[in-house]
Amino acid sequence: MKYAFSFLAVIALVLIAWLGSQIPGMQYLFGVAIPYLAIMIFLGGFVYRVVQWAKSPVPFSIPTTCGQGVSLDFIKQDKLDCPTKTSEVVARMFLEIFMFRSLFRNTKSELHEGPKITYESSKWLWIFALLFHYSFLVIIVRHMRLFLNPVPAWLQFLDFMDAGAALQVGAPLLYASDLVLVLGVVLLFSRRLINRQVRYISLANDYFPLFLIFAIATTGILMRYFLRTNIDIISIKELAVGLVTFSPVISAKIGSIFYIHIFLVSTLLIYFPYSKLMHMGGVFMSPTRNMKNDSRAKRHINPWNDPTIKPHSYAGYEDEFREFMVDAGIPVEKELPPKKDDE
Amino acid sequence: MYNKGTIIPGLIIFVLFVTFPIWFNGLTTAGDLPKPELPPGGEKQCVMPADYMRANHMQLLNEWRDNVLRDGDREILEIDGKKYPKGLQMACMQCHTQKEKFCDSCHTYAAVDPYCWDCHLTPNEAASKEATH
Repeated sequence: MKYAFSFLAVIALVLIAWLGSQIPGMQYLFGVAIPYLAIMIFLGGFVYRVVQWAKSPVPFSIPTTCGQGVSLDFIKQDKLDCPTKTSEVVARMFLEIFMFRSLFRNTKSELHEGPKITYESSKWLWIFALLFHYSFLVIIVRHMRLFLNPVPAWLQFLDFMDAGAALQVGAPLLYASDLVLVLGVVLLFSRRLINRQVRYISLANDYFPLFLIFAIATTGILMRYFLRTNIDIISIKELAVGLVTFSPVISAKIGSIFYIHIFLVSTLLIYFPYSKLMHMGGVFMSPTRNMKNDSRAKRHINPWNDPTIKPHSYAGYEDEFREFMVDAGIPVEKELPPKKDDE
Repeated sequence: MYNKGTIIPGLIIFVLFVTFPIWFNGLTTAGDLPKPELPPGGEKQCVMPADYMRANHMQLLNEWRDNVLRDGDREILEIDGKKYPKGLQMACMQCHTQKEKFCDSCHTYAAVDPYCWDCHLTPNEAASKEATH
């Protein structure tokens, strides 16, 4: 039922934009006011979350060590999985951010008769995530052609490669990234449904972004290839360029499907800082990945240590409590000084 | 706040990325809208209404291309007594003679690069080719 709730939430958003944009005058709300609000909440919320994380102290040195650490000369260190230098951490982070190396390590465990448990590598999540994230990135960059005037050559080249990669299918040309994004979302969603363990731990807020992104992709594809009535790219670009030059105008009638698309994107932007989607910023901030495993070479000071609390050695402790210890019969390293008899 | 040295530059880079279109356009005005030039001959009639053509001309041309080249269907359309053979040069460019002033104005603005001209010639190009031969 968790996915039904998320699905209905997205349907409700679509209906709001669809019906709302039919009301005269509301086009300005959906086309200008909400997108501005969304981008401000997105930026503000994103920075706020990252700053909050940056304010949280890391009490211990907690890099996840996934390989041989530095040891004797003849034992080979696993430099990527147990980094001790900044350069090694940078390499590890680079592979994490661009290749999702942690997902590559994903395993699945199964219980067989016996009972016997087996573990094996499971690369599906890694593959689906790569398909999804990279096609999404290409689509976002490609959309810049609607915001930039004039359009730079590298952007046209990206557009050309994206359409060319799908071998000039249809008119307007089919983009490979459109196909792959929808495929990626469907696969990631199926994984949540089919894999029992993942399904058990999936919550409404795991399904919601998937439905939302699926709806964004669907409305975009419908607008580009199928529901072209009143989808005049020139007036849409006029609005988009207007938005980024702070002089937005809606000069012509634009079809509802456009307002649904832009409203869903605004929802995604607003939802972003408050949700799991913040893994975009979080991947840079995770101490298990961005710390060096040098805790034996260099002392990690807990930043929340109170500087007024001084170290208290055992010798000092015994000095303080020696009398009571002797009284209680606890052995002490240094006996009490011999007492003078006060007669 | 810990690790200010890396987090603050990181956030600045992020904000610059997100606001890329704002500063890339140079905080200027929106620029000129394309003004496709209407047919120099003054024709008012097209194969479909202007609204339809604005939104769907590429799909219509693609359909014509498939009809003619793949199915061999060269049926000549007759609309309001005027005959239109299926073809970019044979129909469209008879009235819209200036590719540079008509097609390109919107295509450049929207960064659309149709592959029509991989094979087709504009009337100007056709004339210059004829002259050199």
